[in-house]
Amino acid sequence: MKDKKKFQINKYIFISILSICFGIFVWWLVTDGLGIFRSNALPSPVKVFESFIKKWYETKPDGATLLEHLIASLQVALGGYVIGAVIGIPLGIFMAWNDKIDMCVRPVFDLVRTIPGVAWTSVMVTLVGIGFLSKALVIFISAMVAMVINSYSGIKQTKTVHLWVGQTFGASNWELLTKIAIPSALPMIFTGLDVALGSAWTTLVAAELLASTKGLGFMIQQARGIFRLDIVIVGMIVIAITGAVLSTIIQWLGRKMIKGGRT
Amino acid sequence: MRMDSERQVSTNDALIEFRKVDKFFNKPEEGRYQVVGDLNIKVRENEFLVLFGPGQCGKSTILNMVAGFEMPSAGEVLCQGKPIEAPGPERGMVFQNTALFPWLTVMGNVEYGPKVRGVKKEERRQKAQHYIDLVGLQGFENSFPVKLSGGMQQRVGIARAYCNEPLVMLLDEPFGHLDAQTRYLMQDELTRIWQAEKRTVIFVTNNIEEAVYLADRILVLRNCPTGVKAEYEITLPRPRNYTDPEFLRLRREIDSVVDHTL
Repeated sequence: MKDKKKFQINKYIFISILSICFGIFVWWLVTDGLGIFRSNALPSPVKVFESFIKKWYETKPDGATLLEHLIASLQVALGGYVIGAVIGIPLGIFMAWNDKIDMCVRPVFDLVRTIPGVAWTSVMVTLVGIGFLSKALVIFISAMVAMVINSYSGIKQTKTVHLWVGQTFGASNWELLTKIAIPSALPMIFTGLDVALGSAWTTLVAAELLASTKGLGFMIQQARGIFRLDIVIVGMIVIAITGAVLSTIIQWLGRKMIKGGRT
Repeated sequence: MRMDSERQVSTNDALIEFRKVDKFFNKPEEGRYQVVGDLNIKVRENEFLVLFGPGQCGKSTILNMVAGFEMPSAGEVLCQGKPIEAPGPERGMVFQNTALFPWLTVMGNVEYGPKVRGVKKEERRQKAQHYIDLVGLQGFENSFPVKLSGGMQQRVGIARAYCNEPLVMLLDEPFGHLDAQTRYLMQDELTRIWQAEKRTVIFVTNNIEEAVYLADRILVLRNCPTGVKAEYEITLPRPRNYTDPEFLRLRREIDSVVDHTL
Protein backbone atom coordinates (compact mmCIF):
# COMPACT_ATOMS: atom_id res chain seq x y z
CA MET A 1 0.00 0.00 0.00
CA LYS A 2 2.67 2.46 1.03
CA ASP A 3 5.00 1.26 -1.71
CA LYS A 4 2.25 1.76 -4.23
CA LYS A 5 1.72 5.31 -3.03
CA LYS A 6 5.44 5.97 -3.22
CA PHE A 7 5.48 4.59 -6.74
CA GLN A 8 2.61 6.92 -7.67
CA ILE A 9 4.53 9.91 -6.32
CA ASN A 10 7.71 8.86 -8.12
CA LYS A 11 5.76 8.41 -11.32
CA TYR A 12 4.33 11.88 -10.93
CA ILE A 13 7.76 13.43 -10.37
CA PHE A 14 9.11 11.54 -13.39
CA ILE A 15 6.32 12.81 -15.64
CA SER A 16 6.81 16.38 -14.39
CA ILE A 17 10.52 16.30 -15.15
CA LEU A 18 9.80 14.78 -18.54
CA SER A 19 7.36 17.54 -19.48
CA ILE A 20 9.83 20.25 -18.43
CA CYS A 21 12.55 18.57 -20.51
CA PHE A 22 10.17 18.40 -23.43
CA GLY A 23 9.44 22.14 -23.08
CA ILE A 24 13.15 22.91 -23.12
CA PHE A 25 13.63 20.65 -26.12
CA VAL A 26 10.93 22.49 -28.10
CA TRP A 27 12.54 25.78 -27.10
CA TRP A 28 15.92 24.49 -28.33
CA LEU A 29 14.31 23.21 -31.54
CA VAL A 30 12.79 26.56 -32.53
CA THR A 31 16.06 28.43 -31.79
CA ASP A 32 19.37 26.61 -32.32
CA GLY A 33 17.84 23.45 -33.77
CA LEU A 34 15.82 24.72 -36.72
CA GLY A 35 16.69 28.39 -36.48
CA ILE A 36 13.08 29.60 -36.67
CA PHE A 37 13.87 32.42 -34.25
CA ARG A 38 17.11 34.29 -34.46
CA SER A 39 19.10 34.64 -31.27
CA ASN A 40 18.34 38.34 -30.86
CA ALA A 41 14.60 37.59 -31.04
CA LEU A 42 14.60 34.50 -28.81
CA PRO A 43 17.90 33.30 -27.32
CA SER A 44 18.42 29.55 -27.18
CA PRO A 45 18.38 27.57 -23.91
CA VAL A 46 22.14 27.10 -24.21
CA LYS A 47 22.70 30.85 -24.46
CA VAL A 48 20.35 31.52 -21.53
CA PHE A 49 22.13 28.92 -19.42
CA GLU A 50 25.50 30.54 -20.18
CA SER A 51 24.15 33.95 -19.19
CA PHE A 52 22.66 32.42 -16.06
CA ILE A 53 26.07 31.12 -14.96
CA LYS A 54 27.81 34.38 -15.90
CA LYS A 55 25.30 36.53 -14.09
CA TRP A 56 26.32 35.03 -10.72
CA TYR A 57 29.65 36.91 -10.88
CA GLU A 58 29.12 39.59 -13.56
CA THR A 59 27.49 42.91 -12.66
CA LYS A 60 26.93 43.97 -16.27
CA PRO A 61 24.63 45.45 -17.58
CA ASP A 62 22.68 46.53 -14.51
CA GLY A 63 25.31 46.96 -11.80
CA ALA A 64 24.67 43.91 -9.61
CA THR A 65 25.09 40.14 -9.63
CA LEU A 66 22.14 37.76 -9.82
CA LEU A 67 22.47 36.90 -6.14
CA GLU A 68 22.35 40.58 -5.15
CA HIS A 69 19.20 41.06 -7.24
CA LEU A 70 17.64 37.94 -5.76
CA ILE A 71 18.40 38.98 -2.18
CA ALA A 72 17.09 42.48 -2.82
CA SER A 73 13.85 41.06 -4.19
CA LEU A 74 13.46 38.50 -1.39
CA GLN A 75 14.00 41.15 1.27
CA VAL A 76 11.26 43.33 -0.13
CA ALA A 77 8.87 40.49 -0.86
CA LEU A 78 9.25 38.73 2.48
CA GLY A 79 9.23 42.01 4.38
CA GLY A 80 5.89 43.04 2.88
CA TYR A 81 4.58 39.50 3.12
CA VAL A 82 5.35 39.08 6.81
CA ILE A 83 3.78 42.43 7.71
CA GLY A 84 0.80 41.44 5.56
CA ALA A 85 0.42 38.19 7.52
CA VAL A 86 0.87 39.80 10.92
CA ILE A 87 -1.84 42.35 10.16
CA GLY A 88 -4.00 40.53 7.60
CA ILE A 89 -4.62 37.23 9.40
CA PRO A 90 -5.78 38.71 12.72
CA LEU A 91 -7.81 41.31 10.82
CA GLY A 92 -9.63 38.61 8.84
CA ILE A 93 -10.20 36.56 11.98
CA PHE A 94 -11.63 39.42 14.01
CA MET A 95 -13.76 40.67 11.11
CA ALA A 96 -15.32 37.21 10.84
CA TRP A 97 -15.78 36.82 14.59
CA ASN A 98 -17.10 40.25 15.49
CA ASP A 99 -19.91 41.89 13.50
CA LYS A 100 -19.02 45.39 14.70
CA ILE A 101 -15.43 45.11 13.45
CA ASP A 102 -16.77 43.60 10.25
CA MET A 103 -19.12 46.53 9.67
CA CYS A 104 -16.40 49.10 10.35
CA VAL A 105 -13.63 47.56 8.26
CA ARG A 106 -15.56 45.83 5.50
CA PRO A 107 -16.50 48.86 3.32
CA VAL A 108 -12.90 50.13 3.20
CA PHE A 109 -11.55 46.64 2.65
CA ASP A 110 -13.98 45.86 -0.16
CA LEU A 111 -12.84 48.99 -1.99
CA VAL A 112 -9.13 48.36 -1.43
CA ARG A 113 -9.22 44.75 -2.54
CA THR A 114 -10.45 45.59 -6.02
CA ILE A 115 -7.34 47.69 -6.70
CA PRO A 116 -4.49 45.67 -8.23
CA GLY A 117 -1.41 45.82 -6.00
CA VAL A 118 0.73 47.39 -8.72
CA ALA A 119 -1.64 50.32 -9.00
CA TRP A 120 -0.43 51.44 -5.58
CA THR A 121 3.14 51.80 -6.80
CA SER A 122 2.94 55.36 -8.08
CA VAL A 123 1.18 56.52 -4.92
CA MET A 124 3.78 54.86 -2.71
CA VAL A 125 6.67 56.22 -4.76
CA THR A 126 5.31 59.75 -4.37
CA LEU A 127 4.84 59.18 -0.65
CA VAL A 128 8.06 57.43 0.37
CA GLY A 129 10.37 57.34 -2.67
CA ILE A 130 11.66 54.39 -4.66
CA GLY A 131 13.46 52.61 -1.80
CA PHE A 132 12.66 49.48 0.15
CA LEU A 133 9.65 50.95 1.90
CA SER A 134 7.53 51.87 -1.12
CA LYS A 135 7.76 48.38 -2.62
CA ALA A 136 7.32 46.66 0.72
CA LEU A 137 4.12 48.66 1.25
CA VAL A 138 2.78 47.73 -2.18
CA ILE A 139 3.46 44.07 -1.46
CA PHE A 140 2.01 44.40 2.02
CA ILE A 141 -1.29 45.59 0.54
CA SER A 142 -1.58 42.88 -2.09
CA ALA A 143 -0.53 40.08 0.29
CA MET A 144 -2.81 41.28 3.03
CA VAL A 145 -5.90 41.15 0.83
CA ALA A 146 -5.53 37.39 0.22
CA MET A 147 -4.83 36.70 3.88
CA VAL A 148 -7.82 38.69 5.12
CA ILE A 149 -10.21 37.03 2.66
CA ASN A 150 -9.07 33.50 3.44
CA SER A 151 -8.88 33.78 7.22
CA TYR A 152 -12.24 35.53 7.14
CA SER A 153 -13.97 32.73 5.29
CA GLY A 154 -12.10 30.11 7.32
CA ILE A 155 -13.57 31.48 10.54
CA LYS A 156 -17.02 31.92 8.94
CA GLN A 157 -16.98 28.24 7.95
CA THR A 158 -16.59 27.06 11.55
CA LYS A 159 -19.29 24.44 12.11
CA THR A 160 -22.07 25.61 14.40
CA VAL A 161 -22.10 22.20 16.01
CA HIS A 162 -18.43 22.58 17.01
CA LEU A 163 -19.24 25.88 18.67
CA TRP A 164 -22.19 24.21 20.39
CA VAL A 165 -19.91 21.53 21.78
CA GLY A 166 -17.65 24.25 23.14
CA GLN A 167 -20.62 26.00 24.72
CA THR A 168 -21.90 22.86 26.43
CA PHE A 169 -18.45 22.58 27.97
CA GLY A 170 -18.75 26.14 29.23
CA ALA A 171 -16.15 27.71 26.95
CA SER A 172 -16.00 31.51 26.96
CA ASN A 173 -16.30 33.55 23.77
CA TRP A 174 -12.50 33.95 23.67
CA GLU A 175 -12.01 30.19 24.12
CA LEU A 176 -14.53 29.49 21.38
CA LEU A 177 -12.46 31.69 19.08
CA THR A 178 -8.98 30.50 20.03
CA LYS A 179 -9.67 26.84 20.76
CA ILE A 180 -12.35 26.08 18.15
CA ALA A 181 -12.79 28.67 15.40
CA ILE A 182 -9.08 29.30 14.74
CA PRO A 183 -7.97 25.63 14.74
CA SER A 184 -10.86 24.78 12.42
CA ALA A 185 -9.95 27.71 10.13
CA LEU A 186 -6.28 26.79 10.00
CA PRO A 187 -6.41 25.05 6.58
CA MET A 188 -8.03 28.14 5.07
CA ILE A 189 -5.51 30.43 6.79
CA PHE A 190 -2.71 28.45 5.17
CA THR A 191 -4.43 28.64 1.80
CA GLY A 192 -4.39 32.41 2.35
CA LEU A 193 -0.68 32.34 3.14
CA ASP A 194 -0.02 30.41 -0.06
CA VAL A 195 -2.17 32.60 -2.29
CA ALA A 196 -0.72 35.73 -0.69
CA LEU A 197 2.79 34.47 -1.38
CA GLY A 198 1.94 34.17 -5.05
CA SER A 199 0.48 37.64 -5.24
CA ALA A 200 3.34 39.12 -3.17
CA TRP A 201 5.92 37.67 -5.53
CA THR A 202 4.20 38.71 -8.75
CA THR A 203 3.41 42.17 -7.40
CA LEU A 204 7.03 42.57 -6.37
CA VAL A 205 8.37 42.03 -9.84
CA ALA A 206 5.82 44.40 -11.30
CA ALA A 207 6.65 47.01 -8.66
CA GLU A 208 10.37 46.64 -9.36
CA LEU A 209 9.80 47.23 -13.04
CA LEU A 210 8.42 50.63 -12.14
CA ALA A 211 10.40 51.77 -9.15
CA SER A 212 13.71 50.26 -8.22
CA THR A 213 17.48 50.34 -8.33
CA LYS A 214 18.02 46.65 -7.61
CA GLY A 215 16.06 43.41 -7.75
CA LEU A 216 14.98 40.80 -10.26
CA GLY A 217 12.30 43.03 -11.80
CA PHE A 218 14.83 45.82 -12.13
CA MET A 219 17.32 43.43 -13.76
CA ILE A 220 14.69 42.40 -16.32
CA GLN A 221 13.77 46.00 -17.00
CA GLN A 222 17.40 47.04 -17.58
CA ALA A 223 18.15 44.04 -19.80
CA ARG A 224 15.03 44.68 -21.85
CA GLY A 225 16.22 48.27 -22.49
CA ILE A 226 19.36 47.02 -24.20
CA PHE A 227 17.75 43.98 -25.88
CA ARG A 228 19.55 41.44 -23.70
CA LEU A 229 16.70 38.92 -23.87
CA ASP A 230 18.89 36.17 -22.44
CA ILE A 231 19.08 38.06 -19.15
CA VAL A 232 15.35 38.78 -19.27
CA ILE A 233 14.72 35.05 -19.50
CA VAL A 234 17.26 34.31 -16.74
CA GLY A 235 15.30 36.71 -14.55
CA MET A 236 12.00 35.04 -15.41
CA ILE A 237 13.35 31.59 -14.61
CA VAL A 238 14.83 32.67 -11.28
CA ILE A 239 11.52 34.29 -10.38
CA ALA A 240 9.64 31.10 -11.24
CA ILE A 241 11.95 28.81 -9.28
CA THR A 242 12.11 31.06 -6.22
CA GLY A 243 8.32 31.37 -6.21
CA ALA A 244 7.93 27.61 -6.39
CA VAL A 245 10.43 27.05 -3.58
CA LEU A 246 8.73 29.59 -1.30
CA SER A 247 5.33 28.06 -2.02
CA THR A 248 6.66 24.59 -1.21
CA ILE A 249 7.98 25.86 2.12
CA ILE A 250 4.57 27.31 3.03
CA GLN A 251 2.78 24.10 2.03
CA TRP A 252 5.23 22.01 4.03
CA LEU A 253 4.68 24.25 7.03
CA GLY A 254 0.94 23.86 6.56
CA ARG A 255 1.18 20.07 6.56
CA LYS A 256 3.20 20.24 9.79
CA MET A 257 0.73 22.50 11.52
CA ILE A 258 -2.66 21.32 10.29
CA LYS A 259 -3.59 18.28 12.35
CA GLY A 260 -6.08 15.54 11.65
CA GLY A 261 -5.73 14.95 7.91
CA ARG A 262 -7.47 18.06 6.69
CA THR A 263 -5.09 19.10 3.93
CA MET B 1 -48.40 -0.07 30.76
CA ARG B 2 -49.80 2.58 28.48
CA MET B 3 -50.80 5.95 29.78
CA ASP B 4 -52.11 9.15 28.35
CA SER B 5 -49.69 11.98 27.96
CA GLU B 6 -51.84 14.16 30.21
CA ARG B 7 -51.30 11.87 33.18
CA GLN B 8 -47.59 12.33 33.62
CA VAL B 9 -45.93 10.48 36.45
CA SER B 10 -45.84 13.03 39.19
CA THR B 11 -42.49 12.86 40.85
CA ASN B 12 -40.85 15.77 42.55
CA ASP B 13 -37.32 14.80 41.60
CA ALA B 14 -37.70 15.83 37.96
CA LEU B 15 -34.22 16.74 36.72
CA ILE B 16 -35.42 18.24 33.46
CA GLU B 17 -38.93 19.52 33.01
CA PHE B 18 -40.82 20.85 29.99
CA ARG B 19 -43.82 22.97 30.97
CA LYS B 20 -46.33 23.74 28.22
CA VAL B 21 -43.57 24.29 25.70
CA ASP B 22 -44.31 25.63 22.21
CA LYS B 23 -41.68 26.21 19.60
CA PHE B 24 -42.15 28.08 16.36
CA PHE B 25 -39.70 28.52 13.53
CA ASN B 26 -39.70 31.24 10.91
CA LYS B 27 -38.71 30.10 7.49
CA PRO B 28 -38.63 32.48 4.54
CA GLU B 29 -40.59 30.16 2.23
CA GLU B 30 -43.04 28.64 4.67
CA GLY B 31 -43.50 31.51 7.10
CA ARG B 32 -44.08 30.79 10.76
CA TYR B 33 -44.72 27.18 11.58
CA GLN B 34 -44.96 25.17 14.76
CA VAL B 35 -42.55 22.32 15.47
CA VAL B 36 -43.38 21.70 19.12
CA GLY B 37 -46.82 22.14 20.66
CA ASP B 38 -47.85 22.00 24.33
CA LEU B 39 -45.03 19.71 25.35
CA ASN B 40 -44.97 18.50 28.93
CA ILE B 41 -42.19 16.15 29.96
CA LYS B 42 -40.61 15.30 33.28
CA VAL B 43 -37.29 13.54 33.19
CA ARG B 44 -36.38 11.63 36.34
CA GLU B 45 -32.91 11.32 37.75
CA ASN B 46 -30.80 8.48 36.31
CA GLU B 47 -33.50 7.23 33.99
CA PHE B 48 -32.89 6.26 30.37
CA LEU B 49 -35.59 8.18 28.54
CA VAL B 50 -36.12 7.58 24.86
CA LEU B 51 -37.98 10.07 22.69
CA PHE B 52 -39.30 8.06 19.82
CA GLY B 53 -41.04 9.48 16.79
CA PRO B 54 -41.15 9.29 13.04
CA GLY B 55 -39.32 11.43 10.53
CA GLN B 56 -38.54 15.11 10.91
CA CYS B 57 -40.87 16.01 13.72
CA GLY B 58 -38.82 18.26 15.95
CA LYS B 59 -37.16 15.65 18.15
CA SER B 60 -33.80 17.36 17.80
CA THR B 61 -35.43 20.68 18.64
CA ILE B 62 -36.50 19.21 21.99
CA LEU B 63 -32.91 18.21 22.78
CA ASN B 64 -31.59 21.55 21.53
CA MET B 65 -33.88 23.28 24.01
CA VAL B 66 -32.54 21.17 26.88
CA ALA B 67 -28.98 21.86 25.71
CA GLY B 68 -29.75 25.58 25.53
CA PHE B 69 -28.99 25.99 21.83
CA GLU B 70 -32.59 27.00 21.19
CA MET B 71 -35.15 28.74 23.39
CA PRO B 72 -38.83 27.81 23.67
CA SER B 73 -41.27 30.25 22.03
CA ALA B 74 -43.71 29.70 24.93
CA GLY B 75 -43.60 27.80 28.20
CA GLU B 76 -40.38 26.89 29.97
CA VAL B 77 -37.71 24.25 30.13
CA LEU B 78 -36.28 23.71 33.60
CA CYS B 79 -33.14 22.02 34.80
CA GLN B 80 -33.27 21.26 38.54
CA GLY B 81 -36.12 23.74 38.79
CA LYS B 82 -34.23 26.60 37.13
CA PRO B 83 -35.07 27.83 33.61
CA ILE B 84 -32.50 26.90 30.97
CA GLU B 85 -31.10 30.04 29.37
CA ALA B 86 -27.82 28.98 27.76
CA PRO B 87 -25.70 25.88 27.10
CA GLY B 88 -23.87 24.62 30.15
CA PRO B 89 -21.56 21.82 31.26
CA GLU B 90 -24.30 20.07 33.28
CA ARG B 91 -26.03 19.15 30.00
CA GLY B 92 -23.81 17.15 27.67
CA MET B 93 -24.70 16.40 24.08
CA VAL B 94 -23.73 13.61 21.71
CA PHE B 95 -24.50 14.69 18.18
CA GLN B 96 -25.81 12.80 15.19
CA ASN B 97 -22.64 13.47 13.17
CA THR B 98 -20.29 13.06 16.13
CA ALA B 99 -19.10 16.69 15.85
CA LEU B 100 -15.65 15.68 17.04
CA PHE B 101 -12.91 18.27 16.65
CA PRO B 102 -10.89 16.92 13.70
CA TRP B 103 -7.75 18.79 14.75
CA LEU B 104 -7.58 17.07 18.14
CA THR B 105 -6.66 13.47 18.94
CA VAL B 106 -9.05 11.12 20.73
CA MET B 107 -7.43 12.16 24.00
CA GLY B 108 -7.63 15.84 23.03
CA ASN B 109 -11.33 15.52 22.28
CA VAL B 110 -12.21 13.60 25.43
CA GLU B 111 -10.26 15.86 27.80
CA TYR B 112 -11.64 18.99 26.13
CA GLY B 113 -14.44 19.62 28.68
CA PRO B 114 -12.29 19.35 31.82
CA LYS B 115 -9.60 21.41 30.07
CA VAL B 116 -12.02 24.27 29.42
CA ARG B 117 -13.06 24.12 33.08
CA GLY B 118 -9.41 24.44 34.10
CA VAL B 119 -8.86 20.94 35.51
CA LYS B 120 -5.12 20.24 35.95
CA LYS B 121 -3.46 18.25 33.20
CA GLU B 122 -2.66 15.15 35.23
CA GLU B 123 -6.13 14.91 36.71
CA ARG B 124 -7.96 15.44 33.43
CA ARG B 125 -5.70 13.00 31.59
CA GLN B 126 -6.52 10.37 34.19
CA LYS B 127 -10.23 11.08 33.92
CA ALA B 128 -10.17 11.09 30.12
CA GLN B 129 -8.26 7.81 30.12
CA HIS B 130 -10.94 6.31 32.37
CA TYR B 131 -13.67 7.17 29.87
CA ILE B 132 -11.59 6.16 26.86
CA ASP B 133 -11.20 2.78 28.53
CA LEU B 134 -14.91 2.70 29.37
CA VAL B 135 -15.92 3.10 25.74
CA GLY B 136 -13.29 0.55 24.70
CA LEU B 137 -10.88 2.79 22.79
CA GLN B 138 -7.65 2.11 24.68
CA GLY B 139 -4.77 2.22 22.23
CA PHE B 140 -6.41 4.92 20.11
CA GLU B 141 -5.66 7.85 22.43
CA ASN B 142 -3.34 9.51 19.93
CA SER B 143 -5.37 8.79 16.79
CA PHE B 144 -7.12 11.59 14.95
CA PRO B 145 -10.88 11.21 14.32
CA VAL B 146 -10.36 10.94 10.56
CA LYS B 147 -8.61 7.59 11.14
CA LEU B 148 -11.55 6.12 13.08
CA SER B 149 -14.64 4.28 11.85
CA GLY B 150 -18.12 5.74 12.39
CA GLY B 151 -18.75 3.53 15.41
CA MET B 152 -15.44 4.45 16.99
CA GLN B 153 -16.07 8.15 16.37
CA GLN B 154 -19.40 7.84 18.14
CA ARG B 155 -17.62 6.14 21.07
CA VAL B 156 -15.32 9.16 21.30
CA GLY B 157 -18.39 11.41 21.23
CA ILE B 158 -19.91 9.47 24.14
CA ALA B 159 -16.64 9.49 26.10
CA ARG B 160 -16.26 13.22 25.50
CA ALA B 161 -19.76 13.94 26.83
CA TYR B 162 -19.24 11.57 29.80
CA CYS B 163 -15.84 13.02 30.69
CA ASN B 164 -17.44 16.36 31.41
CA GLU B 165 -19.61 14.57 34.01
CA PRO B 166 -22.92 16.18 33.04
CA LEU B 167 -26.12 15.71 35.04
CA VAL B 168 -27.92 14.75 31.87
CA MET B 169 -26.66 13.25 28.63
CA LEU B 170 -28.49 14.21 25.45
CA LEU B 171 -28.09 11.80 22.56
CA ASP B 172 -29.49 12.92 19.22
CA GLU B 173 -29.87 9.83 17.02
CA PRO B 174 -26.24 9.01 17.72
CA PHE B 175 -26.32 5.71 15.83
CA GLY B 176 -28.41 6.95 12.90
CA HIS B 177 -25.50 6.94 10.47
CA LEU B 178 -24.05 3.58 11.44
CA ASP B 179 -24.60 0.36 9.56
CA ALA B 180 -26.98 -2.17 11.14
CA GLN B 181 -24.31 -4.42 12.67
CA THR B 182 -22.37 -1.56 14.23
CA ARG B 183 -25.62 -0.09 15.44
CA TYR B 184 -26.53 -3.27 17.39
CA LEU B 185 -23.04 -3.34 18.84
CA MET B 186 -23.20 0.29 19.90
CA GLN B 187 -26.60 -0.25 21.54
CA ASP B 188 -25.04 -2.99 23.66
CA GLU B 189 -22.08 -0.78 24.41
CA LEU B 190 -24.23 2.15 25.42
CA THR B 191 -26.27 -0.08 27.76
CA ARG B 192 -23.06 -1.37 29.30
CA ILE B 193 -21.57 2.12 29.70
CA TRP B 194 -24.78 3.48 31.15
CA GLN B 195 -25.03 0.61 33.65
CA ALA B 196 -21.39 1.11 34.63
CA GLU B 197 -21.89 4.84 35.24
CA LYS B 198 -25.48 5.84 35.68
CA ARG B 199 -26.49 9.18 34.25
CA THR B 200 -29.77 10.67 33.24
CA VAL B 201 -30.05 10.05 29.52
CA ILE B 202 -32.41 11.54 26.97
CA PHE B 203 -32.02 9.57 23.78
CA VAL B 204 -33.73 10.55 20.53
CA THR B 205 -34.37 7.95 17.85
CA ASN B 206 -36.68 7.05 14.99
CA ASN B 207 -35.86 3.37 15.36
CA ILE B 208 -38.49 1.47 17.33
CA GLU B 209 -36.27 -1.51 18.06
CA GLU B 210 -33.54 0.74 19.40
CA ALA B 211 -36.10 2.51 21.59
CA VAL B 212 -37.37 -0.70 23.20
CA TYR B 213 -33.87 -2.11 23.54
CA LEU B 214 -32.45 0.88 25.41
CA ALA B 215 -35.22 2.63 27.31
CA ASP B 216 -36.46 2.69 30.87
CA ARG B 217 -39.27 4.79 29.52
CA ILE B 218 -40.34 5.65 25.99
CA LEU B 219 -42.26 8.75 25.02
CA VAL B 220 -43.89 8.28 21.64
CA LEU B 221 -44.03 11.64 19.91
CA ARG B 222 -46.76 12.97 17.70
CA ASN B 223 -45.74 14.43 14.37
CA CYS B 224 -45.57 18.19 13.76
CA PRO B 225 -46.24 19.94 16.01
CA THR B 226 -44.46 17.53 18.27
CA GLY B 227 -45.99 16.54 21.56
CA VAL B 228 -46.18 13.41 23.68
CA LYS B 229 -48.64 10.93 22.26
CA ALA B 230 -48.11 7.93 24.49
CA GLU B 231 -45.80 6.74 27.22
CA TYR B 232 -44.42 3.31 27.98
CA GLU B 233 -42.42 2.05 30.94
CA ILE B 234 -40.08 -0.70 29.81
CA THR B 235 -39.27 -3.03 32.68
CA LEU B 236 -37.59 -5.82 30.71
CA PRO B 237 -34.34 -6.87 32.39
CA ARG B 238 -31.05 -5.94 30.69
CA PRO B 239 -29.34 -7.11 28.58
CA ARG B 240 -32.43 -7.34 26.43
CA ASN B 241 -33.14 -9.68 23.59
CA TYR B 242 -34.54 -8.42 20.28
CA THR B 243 -36.44 -11.70 19.75
CA ASP B 244 -37.86 -12.08 23.26
CA PRO B 245 -41.70 -12.49 22.98
CA GLU B 246 -42.34 -9.62 25.40
CA PHE B 247 -39.91 -7.45 23.44
CA LEU B 248 -41.74 -8.20 20.22
CA ARG B 249 -45.14 -7.60 21.81
CA LEU B 250 -44.03 -4.18 23.06
CA ARG B 251 -42.61 -3.38 19.70
CA ARG B 252 -45.91 -4.20 17.96
CA GLU B 253 -47.92 -2.27 20.53
CA ILE B 254 -45.81 0.86 20.20
CA ASP B 255 -45.78 0.57 16.44
CA SER B 256 -49.57 0.64 16.43
CA VAL B 257 -49.72 4.12 17.99
CA VAL B 258 -47.09 5.74 15.79
CA ASP B 259 -48.13 8.28 13.17
CA HIS B 260 -46.91 6.67 10.03
CA THR B 261 -46.15 9.28 7.45
CA LEU B 262 -44.51 9.14 4.10
